[in-house]
Amino acid sequence: MIRRLLARPTGVFAVVVLGLLVVLAVVSLVWTPQDPFRADPFHQWEPPSPAHWFGTDASGRDIASYLLAGTRTTVLVAVGSGVIASVVGMVLTAIGSLTARWVREGTAVLLDILVAFPTLLTAMLLTAIAGGSLGVVIVSVGLSFGVTIARVARGEIRRIARSDYVTAARASGVGGAGVLFRHLVPNAAPLFTVQLSLAMATAVLAEAGLSYLGYGAGSNTASWGSMLADLQTYIGVHPWSATWPGAAIALVVAALSLLGDAVRDATDPRLTTNDRAAGGAPAPRTPDDPATTNTGVTA
Amino acid sequence: MTRFLIGRVLLLVVGLLVASVIIFATLRVLPGDVAQIVAGTQASPAQVAELRQQLGLDRPVVVQYLDWIGGLFRGDLGRSLVTDGRVAPEIAQKLSVTLPLAAMSLVAALVIGVPLGVLAAVLRRRPGGAVIAFVAQAVAAIPIVWAGMLLVALFAVTLHWLPTQGFPLDGWDEPGRAFAALVLPALTIGAVEGAVILRFTRSATLGVLDADHVRTAAAIGLTRTQALVKHGLPSVALTVLAVLGVQIAGLLVGAVVVEQLFSLPGVGRMLVTDVGRRDITKVQSELLVLTGLVLLVGFAVDVVHRTLDPRQREVSE
Amino acid sequence: MSDATTPGTAASGLEVRGLTVRIDRRTILDDVTFTVPPGRRVGVIGASGSGKSMTSLALMGLEPTGATVTGSVRLDGTELVGLPDRERARHRGAGIGMVFQEPGTALDPLRRVGAQIAEPLRLHRGLDRRAAAAAALDLAVSVGLPDPESMLRQYPHQLSGGQRQRICIAMAMAGQPSYLVADEPTTALDVTTEARILELFEGLTAGMVFVTHDLAVLARIADTAVVLDAGRVVEHGSVAGLLAAPQHPATAALVDAARATARRAPRTGGSA
Repeated sequence: MIRRLLARPTGVFAVVVLGLLVVLAVVSLVWTPQDPFRADPFHQWEPPSPAHWFGTDASGRDIASYLLAGTRTTVLVAVGSGVIASVVGMVLTAIGSLTARWVREGTAVLLDILVAFPTLLTAMLLTAIAGGSLGVVIVSVGLSFGVTIARVARGEIRRIARSDYVTAARASGVGGAGVLFRHLVPNAAPLFTVQLSLAMATAVLAEAGLSYLGYGAGSNTASWGSMLADLQTYIGVHPWSATWPGAAIALVVAALSLLGDAVRDATDPRLTTNDRAAGGAPAPRTPDDPATTNTGVTA
Repeated sequence: MTRFLIGRVLLLVVGLLVASVIIFATLRVLPGDVAQIVAGTQASPAQVAELRQQLGLDRPVVVQYLDWIGGLFRGDLGRSLVTDGRVAPEIAQKLSVTLPLAAMSLVAALVIGVPLGVLAAVLRRRPGGAVIAFVAQAVAAIPIVWAGMLLVALFAVTLHWLPTQGFPLDGWDEPGRAFAALVLPALTIGAVEGAVILRFTRSATLGVLDADHVRTAAAIGLTRTQALVKHGLPSVALTVLAVLGVQIAGLLVGAVVVEQLFSLPGVGRMLVTDVGRRDITKVQSELLVLTGLVLLVGFAVDVVHRTLDPRQREVSE
Repeated sequence: MSDATTPGTAASGLEVRGLTVRIDRRTILDDVTFTVPPGRRVGVIGASGSGKSMTSLALMGLEPTGATVTGSVRLDGTELVGLPDRERARHRGAGIGMVFQEPGTALDPLRRVGAQIAEPLRLHRGLDRRAAAAAALDLAVSVGLPDPESMLRQYPHQLSGGQRQRICIAMAMAGQPSYLVADEPTTALDVTTEARILELFEGLTAGMVFVTHDLAVLARIADTAVVLDAGRVVEHGSVAGLLAAPQHPATAALVDAARATARRAPRTGGSA
């Protein structure tokens, strides 16, 4: 599958950008050109120079170093949300399929309700009790997408359970649950990966939004979101200064969404004609479930 | 159809109930004693106890919850823990900014997203189509904060066409100025959400371009373009409608950030402030109102979608 | 195949000469030539992938976007290949109509079937709404739809496969075209329904290009046929002759397969 992913330009772009992000994050753990937090009031708003590759900001901090340090936060938020979403999703899926009937039905209804809750509101709710922090961002996004994943998984399970090959397998005596599971995993894996990449993309956006509101990263954590927040004050005098963090966020989010798209395209067996390869996402696989394919952009 | 409506209304009501319980329960778990926080660190234990009783925080949790819900029906959402002002009228007033903002954003998003999405699909073999798709992908990835800042940088700071931020003190008494104040914010949300809608519309249109029933329409004598417009686009519209419900949730929530960015006196910005001040009474009602709006819109979209799609009108699941 | 035309004579008939279709760099149809005299039925048979469907689409000007079509398709003397879609569309439905394989997806799911039949009526016969509705009713009766009045008010998803195909046939014939292209119109139907729909086709007076892979259907419907293999016409002639003494390996393979199927599966009934 990795090969098919890389066969398309969008897949390559996604893998390259995300790979670069991870590499930079690791590098930043041991080295940055300068101390990202060192404020130098004598060197504010400097243009790019050999000492400051992207120049300095309002406090005289080296932008390049701050951006580099910010990669850690981005990776942390994305990966953390992904992990939590996966765990929550699997737990809810298990509850939704392996328990007594009334629990299953109840879970189904509950999932339908919970999926409508916007991530940002969940984040605000948690912020109200726990204060603002990256942890809140990660948990909020993780919970939201965990619910979405569970819903998608449930839809997939039902679809496969009703499919002909499972019915045939049952008819020839193979155990029901075993067959279901064996067919579920390969089918669910791509859907799961798509949802996961969407979750991570949303997480990065949510961090930007929440840090901007003052409820994400603290002031001793470098984050692209808080950089945006800082620069907003100066929009009157330096209107275009937010380009660096803004573009960085957009790049990573785009890479994550494209990764999701590329995975979906690479694993959809219907996409074999030249027409489709020429370029676009096909209609959503489960047209009645918009939650499976939209980015759920919140902030 | 009636069965569906009843079921869907039930789902809405249950959803609201569940939301209210979750919101209330989570906020009451607040580490730290609310009364203490409000009273301040200098207050004596006796003063804190008195405050607690005043605010009704010494009653059983369930009673407090029922009191809140009951108040909702009466239009009384309690009083702010910080300012002691009545919550309901303030929310109502702030909604007069947030709701128009959301509506304008939706219009902007649809106007930007749908036509361009169809175009991108129709032009799929030409560079134009690829360009549109690429730009949409890029814009959809932009954090709303930065999008807003870019628009402000362009239209307000550089071109001086529109105000950088703020909302007239007289509110809608001066509709012209009020409207102008909402243009950039609405455009900010509209551009980003529009890009998402564009990708959806494009995807749906691609699916429809080669659809059998569009081909049949051409076979009976329509040109391929006419067939697409008359028989393909309605299907696209339905698909877009299906995802619109979720997107609108994003709109309402994007409003929170945008209100902060543009200093608009809306519910979103109030929520952010109140969360910072730990004003639980207000936060719990604000969250419920916002969630309620999202659920309501989702309900409306579901019903409209169901009405328009003949395949879904008769139940049979 | 009877080619009754002499060059230079303005003739009736659907004449296909050297029809070639290319997509990107693949050649799907290569120099396909045959003629359908007015009122006669010509079968187009072949294995899957032989280009049968593309032939039918190319005749209608409905080939997929990005395909290049060269050669000649003359409809009663008028050259169709190379026409801009606007003009090509004028012949569709009025001069040449088409019925597709999958009635389930061929109809617009969002419109009532009565309105769908009325559409070509209004387009080609210029009828107003009431006249079109009445004419649609007549058409529904002529294609054998039971209880036509209430049936026309239904949506496609409420009808059975056979009923939907009847609607499609009604739509295709509404403009009173002289020629009909049928692309495996009964393949998706059960056997009993298939028999009834074939009866319907037999009763039509239009000239026909009948695409199928089923030789039994072919024998019933058409007098002559062309055999396609990898986009080329490899054999042609009377259906009886093709079945009794196939010359080309592709034809022989089809005949053998048909015999094997006939021996294996006793026909059982289904519902219409």
